[in-house]
Amino acid sequence: MSARLSPLMSSPYVKTLGVRFDDHGDELTGILPYAETLVGNPLIPALHGGAIGAFMEITASAGLLAASRLAGLPKPIDVSVDYLRPVRPQDVYARAAITRQGSRVANVRVEAWQDRRGAPVAALHGHFLIKPED
Amino acid sequence: MTDDKLQAHLESLAPLLVDGSPHAVALGLKLEAIAPGSASIRAPYRDDLVGDPETRVLHGGVITALLDHASGTAAFAGMGGREALATLDLRIDYMRPAEPGRDVIAEAKTIRVTKQFAFVSAIAHDGDPDDPVATAHSAFMATRVSKAAADKARKAIENGQSPV
Repeated sequence: MSARLSPLMSSPYVKTLGVRFDDHGDELTGILPYAETLVGNPLIPALHGGAIGAFMEITASAGLLAASRLAGLPKPIDVSVDYLRPVRPQDVYARAAITRQGSRVANVRVEAWQDRRGAPVAALHGHFLIKPED
Repeated sequence: MTDDKLQAHLESLAPLLVDGSPHAVALGLKLEAIAPGSASIRAPYRDDLVGDPETRVLHGGVITALLDHASGTAAFAGMGGREALATLDLRIDYMRPAEPGRDVIAEAKTIRVTKQFAFVSAIAHDGDPDDPVATAHSAFMATRVSKAAADKARKAIENGQSPV
């Protein structure tokens, strides 16, 4: 599975954010390691909503790449992010679930959490343009 | 607060709205304009923010962070520039890839502001606002800041240190 993620892992922005994936059988967990540069508002203090959204978009792409052979990276068409709890200055985890995958478009849901998976800090759902390998 | 006073208050805070946010600094975001209920922020094109090395297009996540920051700044400016805000939700439509090599500018405007909430509409474009790369709708809520964290951050900023 990890070979299928290599186009994503070689993305400069994915490297800049420091996102990595923990791959256990059919469970793929995205990890956004805490860094000071991820803080959005030091007064709350909370990680930047945009960084969390970006991390969940990357996790959605990884979920799609892991699930089937694609020619190139999935491209987001639209995403909607719900911010459920303040994202504290520590590591964030996320997992993607593919709700439906058609021949060109996939609908994906992602949940992100910190201390407890049952207490998500943010959720994303979105549509991605995909190109299955011939 | 009168509009003039509010504008002066926002302008006095302007350097903090982007430079006070470590993630905005990391992405190189620059505040272009701020007024009660609106904000414009630029994301310079940078090689380390590219999503797909084959196309050299900026990653969607950069556009997400830019639109989130511009929308939050417009909401902050629309709510009188006093409250810390939390994003409730953010919906983005990616209309087309941004042109490789070009900066992306987000222009955000509040649609409606109440005491507690602000509803914001924003576009991101790479030169022509009539040909956006993405549009966004979002909702923000006033939130309590931790007084201890706020005092510590203010002190750090005054001393020219990182507020984190």
